[in-house]
Amino acid sequence: MSSLDNETVEKIAKLARLAINKEDASVYAEQLNGILQLVEQMDAVDTKGVLPMAHPQDLKQRLREDKVAESDQRQSFQKIAPKVEAGLYLVPKVIE
Amino acid sequence: MEWETVIGLEIHAQLATKSKIFSAASTAYGAMPNTQACAVDLGFPGVLPVLNSEAVTMATKFGLAIGAEVSKRSVFARKNYFYPDLPKGYQISQFELPIVGIGELEIELENGETKTIGITRAHLEEDAGKSMHEGLGNESGIDLNRAGTPLLEIVSEPDMRSAKEAVAYMKKIHSLVRYLEICDGNMQEGSFRCDANVSVRPKGQKEYGTRAELKNINSFRFVERAINLEVERQIELIEDGGHVAQETRLYDADKNETRSMRSKEEANDYRYFPDPDLLPVELDQAFFDSVKATLPELPDVKKHRFMKSFKLSAYDASVLTSSRELAEYFEAVLVAADNEAKLACNWVNGELAAMLNKENKDISESPVKPEMLGKMIVRIKDGTISGKGAKDCFEGMWLGEGDADEVIKKRDLKQVQDSAAIEKFVDDVIAANPKQVEQFKAGQDKLLGFFVGQVMKESKGKANPAQVNQLVKDKLK
Repeated sequence: MSSLDNETVEKIAKLARLAINKEDASVYAEQLNGILQLVEQMDAVDTKGVLPMAHPQDLKQRLREDKVAESDQRQSFQKIAPKVEAGLYLVPKVIE
Repeated sequence: MEWETVIGLEIHAQLATKSKIFSAASTAYGAMPNTQACAVDLGFPGVLPVLNSEAVTMATKFGLAIGAEVSKRSVFARKNYFYPDLPKGYQISQFELPIVGIGELEIELENGETKTIGITRAHLEEDAGKSMHEGLGNESGIDLNRAGTPLLEIVSEPDMRSAKEAVAYMKKIHSLVRYLEICDGNMQEGSFRCDANVSVRPKGQKEYGTRAELKNINSFRFVERAINLEVERQIELIEDGGHVAQETRLYDADKNETRSMRSKEEANDYRYFPDPDLLPVELDQAFFDSVKATLPELPDVKKHRFMKSFKLSAYDASVLTSSRELAEYFEAVLVAADNEAKLACNWVNGELAAMLNKENKDISESPVKPEMLGKMIVRIKDGTISGKGAKDCFEGMWLGEGDADEVIKKRDLKQVQDSAAIEKFVDDVIAANPKQVEQFKAGQDKLLGFFVGQVMKESKGKANPAQVNQLVKDKLK
C-alpha cells in the first residue's frame, strides 16, 4: 500500500504553488492517505480487458471548423488585470 | 578514449491553421500584443476548449507521410506547471495516447548514403504565450497572442550520431511539413523550433549516457553549433572525472555556450492527467482515406521520379526536391525547355541558385520565371547562344530586360554560326600569330586553347566555340 509522507505533501504543495504550514503537513498527509486508501479498494476489482476510461461520458470529441470568430476584446480583459503596459500584462520579473 | 554522440530531437512545428487549436481566435503573426487572445486562451473560468478540425487533419497528414499509424483514438492531457505565459497553469497536450504513433524518415548523409531515423511519436498541443523582459524595469510583459496556437511536437528516436545528422534530419522534417503545407516553416517567427537531447558514451558501449536537453534552438546553424558545444562539454567533464547531470540547458548564440537552466529543474514533475474538458478524439478509416487522397507527391517519391524520368543524379534530384516550390519551378522550366533535363538542372541548381542566394531571395521571388529560363535553354540547345552568351542572357533577364529572345537581341548575343565569317576570324588570328603557329606545328598541342581564345575574342564571344575549335584544328594540321 502506498502512502504519502509529509515531505511528499510539501513537494506537491510547492508544485501547486500552495503555501502550507509545516505543522499542517501531517494533517494533509493523513487526509490524502484516506483518499488513496479509498481508491486502492478498487484494486480488488479484476479490470483485465477493460479499456482505460479517458472521460466519464462515453462520447467523442466534437470538432470545430477552422474559422476565426473572435474579435479583439483586449480592453475588457485588461480592465481586471492588476497591471498592464503597452498592451502587455505585467508580472514580477521572470527571467532565466 | 573514443566517444560516440547520441542525439534525439523534439521538433515543434506550428500548424498553419487560421484559428487556434481550442478557440476561434486568430493565429496570424505580428498582431498588437494580446489582441488575439480570447477568453479561452486566457483561461477564464467557465470556458470550454473545442478542438480545431484542421489541426487534426494536419497532424493526420504528417502521420500518413511518415508511414506511421495514426491513432483511431487519442486523448488530450493536462501538463501542469506554472509560468506567467501559461495562463491556465497547465498546457493542454497529449501524453499516453498521442495522435501519431511510430514512424520513420530517411535522411541523406554527406557521403551520399542514406540513414533511417525512427520517429517515436507526434502529438498535438497548444503553444504558450511570450514573455518580454527588456525595458520594463522590475517587471516582465506578457503577450498571450501565441497562447493556444496549435503545435505538432515530433519526437525522434535517439538515432542520430552527429550534429550533422541532426541537422539533416531537422531539414528533412522542415521540408516535409512545408510539402504537406501544414507549417510555414518560418524559423525567425518561431514556427519551427527544436530541442535536442544530447549524450555521449564510450564507443561500443550499449547503454546510453546521461543526457542533457538543449532548449529552443531556432536555426539549422545553431542546432549544429549547440550540439557540438554540448558534446565537447560532456566529454571534457567525464574525462576530468565528473558526471553529466540530467538537466535542461539553454544555448546562448551570442556567447556561443550552453548553460544550465536551473529554474526548470524542480518543475519537471508535470503530473499529467486526462483533460476532463476534452473528450477522446475518435477518427475512422474513412477519414484517413480522405486525408490520404489529399497528400501531395512526397519529397522522396519526387526525388526518385526525377532520377528515373529525367536521368538525374541522386545529388541533383535531392537538391531539386529539397522544397516543393523549387521542384515545381524545375518542372515548369522543363516544360518550356523541351525536356532538356540536365541543362535545366544545371541552370536551376547553378546560376539561378547562386543569384537567389546572393540577393537573399526565395525561389518564388525570382525575377527570372521558369518559362523564361526554359526558353533560354532552348536557345542554348539550338545554337543561337553559346554558354557564355547564356550567362549574359540570364543576367539580362534577371535585371528585367525582357525574355530570352529580347535580351539576345538587345545585348547582341547571337553567336556567329556562319562558317565563312568564323573562317575569316580564324585566318586573321593565324596570320597575326606566326610564332605560335610554328610552335603548335612543332607539337605544342596546348596552344590550341590559345587560338580558340583569340578567335573568340575577335568575334566578341559570339562565334560558336565548337565550330572554332574544329576550324583551327583543320587549318593548322
